[in-house]
Amino acid sequence: MIDLSHLRPDFPVLQRRIHGKPLVFLDSAASSQKPAPVLDVMDAVYRTHYANVHRGAYLLSEESTTAYEEARGKVARFINASSRAEVVFTRGATTALNTVAFGWGMDHLSVGDKILLTTMEHHSNMVPWQMVARRTGAELVYLPMTHDYRLDADRLPEFLDERVKVVAFTGMSNVTGTMPPVADIARIARNHGALVVVDAAQLVTHAPVDVQKLGVDFMAFSGHKMLGPTGIGALWGRPSLLEEMEPFEGGGEMISDVRLEGSTWAPVPHKFEAGTPPIVQAIGLGAAVDYLEKIGMKSVRQHERELTEYALSRLAELPPVRVFGPPHIEERGGVISFAFGDVHPHDVATILDQEGIAVRAGHHCAKPLTRALGVPATTRVSFQVYNTKDDVDALIVGLRRVQEVFRVD
Amino acid sequence: MSIEELYREVILDHYRNPRNRGVIDHPDAHAEGNNPLCGDELTLDLRFDGDRVAEVAIRGQGCSISQSSASMMSQAIEGKTTGEILDLIASFKAMMDIETAPPAGLDPDRPGAILGDLEALQGVRKFPVRIKCAYLAWTTLAEALRDRDDR
Repeated sequence: MIDLSHLRPDFPVLQRRIHGKPLVFLDSAASSQKPAPVLDVMDAVYRTHYANVHRGAYLLSEESTTAYEEARGKVARFINASSRAEVVFTRGATTALNTVAFGWGMDHLSVGDKILLTTMEHHSNMVPWQMVARRTGAELVYLPMTHDYRLDADRLPEFLDERVKVVAFTGMSNVTGTMPPVADIARIARNHGALVVVDAAQLVTHAPVDVQKLGVDFMAFSGHKMLGPTGIGALWGRPSLLEEMEPFEGGGEMISDVRLEGSTWAPVPHKFEAGTPPIVQAIGLGAAVDYLEKIGMKSVRQHERELTEYALSRLAELPPVRVFGPPHIEERGGVISFAFGDVHPHDVATILDQEGIAVRAGHHCAKPLTRALGVPATTRVSFQVYNTKDDVDALIVGLRRVQEVFRVD
Repeated sequence: MSIEELYREVILDHYRNPRNRGVIDHPDAHAEGNNPLCGDELTLDLRFDGDRVAEVAIRGQGCSISQSSASMMSQAIEGKTTGEILDLIASFKAMMDIETAPPAGLDPDRPGAILGDLEALQGVRKFPVRIKCAYLAWTTLAEALRDRDDR
């Protein structure tokens, strides 16, 4: 098994004790912890290089601007974008998806058009489209998940008619861990003339991502799930689409010229970055990218796959556990949702917390998916580079404690 | 604080065998409550005989704390007048107020004398994120009383 345990000292929070027990952090799919190199870079910017970007003709602003734009270059390289101008910094994946839904959708959708989503989507890739559908009169259609928690590219043509103008779907489910065949779905959808939007909030931190190979039109992700800070994320877009798309927000920084009667926009990507951007967060994201690249995303994926396989085999030892996720390890990432007998996930999470184990309980901002699973909520564990087999073992001990307290066999 | 102090026998019993589950056709008061963050849901119907609660019916889903709180509440309000119910809501809120220690409004020498089985929920005070679970039934009950006033 690939060993990344040497990374653990880089994450200061892992030294913490929770209710007297060592912290076992198994909620990285909600937000990951941050390594010292990310924290140090951000601290150094605030202490020695900080000024607003893209203005001020003085050294500090120049340093700040260079670091901010270098971070954009790092993110572009990380996803193999052909140029850094294809990367728009946003507040997170949610803002990136709203930028496309409103920026593209309001100009290209009208009554009679269809938006094809899947039943697996996180609210951030569902609610913006519902809002745009309401305003434009477009119709929402959903590709259902299969009985074994997958998205079936072969079924896509049934849903694709000439009215479908956009197909938006997740690159990796934050509930079931499902990793759909993104490139296959994108190819079929684009051949039909539909715009293809991928929510990669989970995918980018769990597997190598190459936007050119995926063949999508837009891809959205967040920094805070990939070891970076909150308040920063990115929208990658095909250059021609970014050129043509109207900005979703107006304000300072995004203009070329402003007159009383109207304004013109700055070049891509700046026309999508209204207002003072999250400068330090962007630089922090750049540092997180450096950190992940040093490990190598292939190793990250390998480590996670082995850990997930191990966790699934250990969870199978506990009769009350019922996992909701694809059976084949190749089709899933390091996110495992499960039911635990008749014990509600909130109660599972409270008992585990007393053992120092942090897991997520609830609907995971994917209520339609949770409903489709036939449960009101699930318990979810998720992995990052700092997790080990010991964490999984601690989880199993914690779950046996749940069995004891609730007397479930 | 051990976890067993939170998950007392009586709480597990009400979770697994919830009392007064069901629906009242044409209720005199009705309310629906939910905690959007955790997804717990509760629907409450009341039938009154004069000023007294003659029948309580509850349905919903959620954690052991929210559902046992609802089940125990349903038993506690049977046969009570609206005035008595308002007192009960105030007592429950006082017991759950983490600003006071020991819990306000209870008689330490006579466990269960004031709120009966519901006093088992005082263990939730040590788990502040779960207090809203215990409250759900009670905010829904207050809503149902307002609904009755509006009719």
